[in-house]
Amino acid sequence: MSPEKPALRAVDSPSETTTHEAQAAAEDARVGWEQFQQLIEEDQRVEPRDWMPQNYRKTLVRQISQHAHSEIIGMQPEGNWISRAPSLKRKSVLMAKVQDEAGHGLYLYSAAETLGTSRDEMYQQLYTGKAKYSSIFNYPARTWADVGAVGWLVDGAAITNQVPLCRASFGPYGRAMVRVCKEESFHQRQGWEILYTLSHGTEAQKQMAQDAVDRFYGPALQMFGPPDDESPNSQQSMAWNIKRFSNDVLRQRFVDMIVPQAEALGLTLPDPDLKWNEERGHYDYGDLDWDEFFSVVKGNGPLNHQRLAHYRAARDDGAWVREAAAAYAAKQAEASPRSALLSA
Amino acid sequence: MSHSGGFTSQDSATKISVGDAITPEDVSASSAVASDETARYALLLGDDCLILAQRLGHWISRAPELEEDIALGNIALDLLGHARFFLTYAGSAWGKTEDDLAYFRSEEEFRSCRLVEQENGDFGRTIARQLLFSFYTHELYQRLVRSADTTLAAIADKALKEVDYHQDHAAQWLLRLGGGTDESKRRMQEGLESVWPYLEELFADVEPTPTLAEQEVAVLPSSLRDAVLTRLSSIIEESGLEVPASKGAFGADRSGRFSENRGFILAEMQVLARQHPGATW
Repeated sequence: MSPEKPALRAVDSPSETTTHEAQAAAEDARVGWEQFQQLIEEDQRVEPRDWMPQNYRKTLVRQISQHAHSEIIGMQPEGNWISRAPSLKRKSVLMAKVQDEAGHGLYLYSAAETLGTSRDEMYQQLYTGKAKYSSIFNYPARTWADVGAVGWLVDGAAITNQVPLCRASFGPYGRAMVRVCKEESFHQRQGWEILYTLSHGTEAQKQMAQDAVDRFYGPALQMFGPPDDESPNSQQSMAWNIKRFSNDVLRQRFVDMIVPQAEALGLTLPDPDLKWNEERGHYDYGDLDWDEFFSVVKGNGPLNHQRLAHYRAARDDGAWVREAAAAYAAKQAEASPRSALLSA
Repeated sequence: MSHSGGFTSQDSATKISVGDAITPEDVSASSAVASDETARYALLLGDDCLILAQRLGHWISRAPELEEDIALGNIALDLLGHARFFLTYAGSAWGKTEDDLAYFRSEEEFRSCRLVEQENGDFGRTIARQLLFSFYTHELYQRLVRSADTTLAAIADKALKEVDYHQDHAAQWLLRLGGGTDESKRRMQEGLESVWPYLEELFADVEPTPTLAEQEVAVLPSSLRDAVLTRLSSIIEESGLEVPASKGAFGADRSGRFSENRGFILAEMQVLARQHPGATW
């Protein structure tokens, strides 16, 4: 089922309707459009039962499901450190964190479902590779310090992106983001704390921390998406109050935030062009490797294949469990009216 | 109530508010110091929880459904918490931290039972292992809350509320897999068969436990046997599956005979900590 179908469902198929009904439907759509425009202009929330343009629905389903997929695939790089976390407390925090990612996936899939696309359908899009997820998760979490860098930089970039999304015009999305952001700020803090402990630890630990930051800095900055002049969808998203700030504005906000944090960590950000610009009141930063970014998006990252294979294996291995649960539920449903009848 | 076991599917993991529940840090901060014998007992209980948490943690991102990633992760997190309580308390007797005990003991020094060391296998096997362990710990903690040792009693009180949910989770899946499809029935039965031989070991009375039981500090493992077996048999029969015939794998005496798996589990768990001895994380 394509994402447009739910929208079409609101207006009955023309072949089954009389001209009169078609006119009434068109009138409904016109009124709906006006109400939608008014909600957007007044910066209010659009709710699932409200009329909305097909492209608005489609854009949201794509964005929310992509975000959900990122949470799900994002469980893998850090999840692979649960078994090796170097202290029981860190193990416990990491486990809780990765579990939160699964929870975020759930809220987001649920928000997207209110737009008429089922969770199974979204799973299928991820499974077949049709849907994208955040490219950053195609990079390996090679060392324990990577868990820190993912928390500090990757979750930090995610929060910068997501805080404005709490005000997204689509109600269920905005509300899901409120909860996600609360947990993400805990994630970022635990990442920062891991790096702080490492950078104040032994020489080997400090090197481990610096190496992780060196590898994650660029890809984290790219999480905001391509530069504004190469981001065609952003304008429409901003006009619909889904997106509030442009990619470059958010990227700048993030850079301004992490520079002093890196200083506090005693770590260096791997960008020789990074310096304070008095005139702009912001940090200048160097060019990012966009060729690499687009190449990773297209499937050539270090781990694109493995991440998807891991996801597919989990879905495949669990198929018999889901079938059993469905069969059991069906038997229970079948049994209950009958048992009521027999006991009557 | 449609089935045995004393719980319903309406029970929720979140029904219990953490409130003023104790934390591992509380145990560490308290002035309670375990005797050498009590510490050895706490270590045995803690090792079981730690190894099982280690095993279950592997399911996160690999579960059959997103809700199960969360549920199995949640159970692993609870068990890790229980392990931290017991290990912290055990360490108080010897001037060691939970991490000293978790990361710097060798295979020979761990006291975990072979049940928790069994591989995850498929979801059915994991559920079978959960079923046995949660039914056992539920019975155990129900009695340990009356321990003369106030720290053990407090830990049991905290753990019991969580294990209550763990056994519900395992039992609900047992019923679904047992009563689902032919394949799920076959796999769940296989799961039970594979872990059942390691059940008996949980009821072995190995020192110092019997001595501590006489002092009403510990629960005598053999005293749990009938209650656990009765409840397990009842829920297994209700699921339409068969109680395995195995009477227990040889060496079921908790005397230090451990499974082949233990070395691999510890190698993975301890690798990073051991590369940087003395480091803070």
